Amino acid sequence: MTIKGKAYIAGIYEHPTRHAPDKSTAQLHAEVAKGAIEDAGISKDDIDGYFCAGDAPGGAWPMVDYLGLNTKKLRHIDSTETGGCSYIIHLGHAAEAIAAGKCSIALVTLAGKPRTGAMPPRAAGAEVDFETAYGATTHNAYGMCAMRHMHDYGTTSEQLAWIKVAASHHAQYNPHAMLKDVVTVEDVLNSPMISDPLHRMDCCVVSDGGGAMIVTTPEIAKSLKKPLVRLIGHGEAMKGPRGGKDLDLTYSAGIWSGPRAFEEAGITPKDIKYASIYDSFTITVLMQLEDLGFCKKGEGGKFVADGNLISGVGKLPFNTDGGGLCSNHPVNRGGMTKILEAVRQLRGEAHPKVQVPNCDLAIAHGTGGLLGVRHAASTAILERV
Amino acid sequence: MSEAKKYPAPVTNPETAAFWDAAKEGKFMIKRCTACGEAHYFPRSICPFCYSDKTVWEEASGEGTIYTWSLMRKSPTGPYAIGYVTLKEGPSVQTNFVDCDLEKLKIGQKVKVVFKPTDGAPLPFFTVA
Repeated sequence: MTIKGKAYIAGIYEHPTRHAPDKSTAQLHAEVAKGAIEDAGISKDDIDGYFCAGDAPGGAWPMVDYLGLNTKKLRHIDSTETGGCSYIIHLGHAAEAIAAGKCSIALVTLAGKPRTGAMPPRAAGAEVDFETAYGATTHNAYGMCAMRHMHDYGTTSEQLAWIKVAASHHAQYNPHAMLKDVVTVEDVLNSPMISDPLHRMDCCVVSDGGGAMIVTTPEIAKSLKKPLVRLIGHGEAMKGPRGGKDLDLTYSAGIWSGPRAFEEAGITPKDIKYASIYDSFTITVLMQLEDLGFCKKGEGGKFVADGNLISGVGKLPFNTDGGGLCSNHPVNRGGMTKILEAVRQLRGEAHPKVQVPNCDLAIAHGTGGLLGVRHAASTAILERV
Repeated sequence: MSEAKKYPAPVTNPETAAFWDAAKEGKFMIKRCTACGEAHYFPRSICPFCYSDKTVWEEASGEGTIYTWSLMRKSPTGPYAIGYVTLKEGPSVQTNFVDCDLEKLKIGQKVKVVFKPTDGAPLPFFTVA
């Protein structure tokens, strides 16, 4: 049993806003849902599967009601919550449901307002008394990974900075990007230290906004007007400190989700023309590139240096929308936008300055939670038909 | 920061109460499984490695080395350094480093446990040995 080729992404929408003081979170969900529905050219009333995560106010049932989905037709609901990679997991779960005949047109939404509204608190796990007081945040949790990666493999701040430099080269062409200025390695190194060894420019933006997609059957996708993009491989995984045994913060759960996705797709990292790689921080990108097999463990620093991630310059064009580092990281969750830019590349709808020629195979990979503590990862391999 | 930082009191539960009772006496406890011999942290009743329920409390030496760290330069309560310490007994534990020069922390450095008061049981931290 495989989901290879059994589900297509027929509609996508990324909200153009990055700052939404005058909108509600539910409203943003509705706006991105409407955008994806219109992009696909379907009717809202045809949707029979709905997927959302922890950013949806109240969870699935209030959202289904608020969005006015057709409850006579809606027959598959999934609110898997794995932080920023939830939507990549949703894509895989939607494909599974479609392959099993449990739904035929699935809507996935993400939206929220970390800049202009209160963020819902993260639910505490069994570790609460043994960790909460120590103040793990995204910055210092990823800082701990970077610190150890530097220690074990000689990775440098200069190498990490190249990841931000590449993202900024792409963001200059994205009219919606929060940060459009091209930056240099020196700019990154000269930006203030936030949590050692990560500088401000090693960190992603904080943005209001959201995105949505429509996932459907091959038959329905082919009846619509958009270029055909299908899911051919998917993987998901989790990692944590596991009772403190053999702690190793230099790799992520991508080391397991990646091979699962590549095996299902029947391809290798060498075949990938474009990569959407979760970029909450520069170190996130570097570790995931290693974990996914784009280079050997410990050689990520060398791999990302000298513009190797810049479209038209390097060997692996990444995050051509500017990514979370420069364009958008709605609700502190970058998984949806990773899928959306991969679909744009496969459709040939990326900005001409960053469009990868003949882009037929792409990867969208993300993590959720804290790499330095406990997290999930998900990998999707997409193909233009 | 002239005032001592205020830390939240552990809520505690039946599974971990013994850890916090020992902390009140200045003892840093870990759990060890008598079936597979592995120690773990934070403490669970079922061994996370072999799933035996034969886990027992053990007073740890409180000594270890820094596995990694990161100094948060700004926060509402001032700078603080988070990290993991690999205990002599094996498990690595999440903590903050205190009462030492946070800018000079180094991976591999020897550290030891110190307790800081809360409104409830005291919390374990680590400082340079």
